[in-house]
Amino acid sequence: MTSTVIDELKKSQILELLEQGKRIDGRALDEPRKLTVEINAIPKANGSARVRLGDTEAICGVKIQPDRPFPDMGDKGIFICTAELLPLSHPSVETGPPGPDVIELARVVDRGIRESHMVDVSQLVIEKDKSVVGVFADNVVVDYDGNLFDACSYAATAAVLKSKLPKWEMKDDVPTLVEGEESELPTTTIPVSVTMGKIGKHIIVDPNGDEWASMDSRITITTDSDGNIVALQKGGDDGFTVDEIVKCGELSIKAGAKIRETLKQAGEGSQ
Amino acid sequence: MGGRESTLVLLDENGIRCDGRKIDEPRRIMIKAGGLKNADGSAYIEFGDNKILVGVYGPRDVHPKHMSDTDTGILRVRYHMEPFSVGERKNPAPSRREIEISKVIKEALLPAVMLEKFPRTAVDVFIEVLQADGGTRCAALSAASVALADAGIPMRDMVAACAAGKVADTVILDVNNEEDQAGQADMPIGYMPSLEKVTLLQLDGVLTPEEFKKCVEVGVEGCKIVYDLQKKALNEKYFKNGGDQ
Repeated sequence: MTSTVIDELKKSQILELLEQGKRIDGRALDEPRKLTVEINAIPKANGSARVRLGDTEAICGVKIQPDRPFPDMGDKGIFICTAELLPLSHPSVETGPPGPDVIELARVVDRGIRESHMVDVSQLVIEKDKSVVGVFADNVVVDYDGNLFDACSYAATAAVLKSKLPKWEMKDDVPTLVEGEESELPTTTIPVSVTMGKIGKHIIVDPNGDEWASMDSRITITTDSDGNIVALQKGGDDGFTVDEIVKCGELSIKAGAKIRETLKQAGEGSQ
Repeated sequence: MGGRESTLVLLDENGIRCDGRKIDEPRRIMIKAGGLKNADGSAYIEFGDNKILVGVYGPRDVHPKHMSDTDTGILRVRYHMEPFSVGERKNPAPSRREIEISKVIKEALLPAVMLEKFPRTAVDVFIEVLQADGGTRCAALSAASVALADAGIPMRDMVAACAAGKVADTVILDVNNEEDQAGQADMPIGYMPSLEKVTLLQLDGVLTPEEFKKCVEVGVEGCKIVYDLQKKALNEKYFKNGGDQ
């Protein structure tokens, strides 16, 4: 998002408010925006979620299908998570191949879920070294108001959590679908990413679009159900002190725990 | 795909189709104007199991500059399907099919949009197919018209679209995915009801001259049904609740 005169004015206003311990939209510094999760928004996918984090909206669809294993990983299934910023999400988004920001977004979202070992890929083998199950979680951002990392991560996590795994068996060396044998996709934990921005000396949780355009640096920390930190990405032009990083770790565990409950409860009773 | 039984009955002896519809009955259609915060205009349509989101930006500066026209504004349309919108995961990169559909939808909208009022600008229409189930181009075109109107862009008329087709030697309205795969003909039609002008027309399949005439007539009637729902969607946003944003 390119910086304009308005952004510069907003930045000084945001900084002024932070000096008084306030945020531009009235939240506490460690308070994420309202999160709403609609499960099974795309019934044709094996799992899906439409997530709104403030005014940022992302949709994740999970497709599960037989695939060839990676050469050195014949005893493991495949999990791939992608993210795309659609041109209808913001006036500055252009069509065409993704730029470095969107590539970073997709990789950070993928890493957070992958490194938590949320999807138990060891249970996704149809025949060792020959055929495994591939799980693709594709995120698309349809409305932009900052912090796409968390919106996509929550959409993917919620969708994966409620995904149905079809069953395949090898028949004549071809994976063949066994009708009516769906089960829950095996998961081990619920990863939750929490992105924090640093503006001046202040650290804020879940920056909105204006804050995102004003911040000096950011950090995304993913925690799992046991309270471990499983993935981390620092970005932006400025740095963090060690004390700040430790504080961010604590914030991510605290804010993440509440979000984990929201994700866990999403879609309960609706199916 | 595989697994689909070849014994699918497209039309039973009572004239009922595989999804329970009568021959001249469209699928369930729901259109909503607005919904996206950043877009200048937007619309969401559910057309049977199709789910499509459209965002419109403009009139705005043209990038790249060489595309701009000093005499008129330009219309750009991108039709894109999400990887999870179809049975087998689709590669997110635009396919030849999507590029063609983008072009025919653009040419279907052009006669309706008064671009000559906005020289040197572009109006961008972004169509995102979240779930596809046959007839996405018609649903997308119908939603795109509503999104353009929602963006406040002057238009001569809205383009409404619906497909007609042929299954079991019978002309039917609104071809669904099964009927498209196993049927004999599929003819998407885009139509401006107030101006009585067809702006999108395609056909694949075999029709006799009589069936062809019947198909066009049936399709145009379908467009009129969609047109009423388009107007209803705009009416609900702008007049019933005083606007939702």
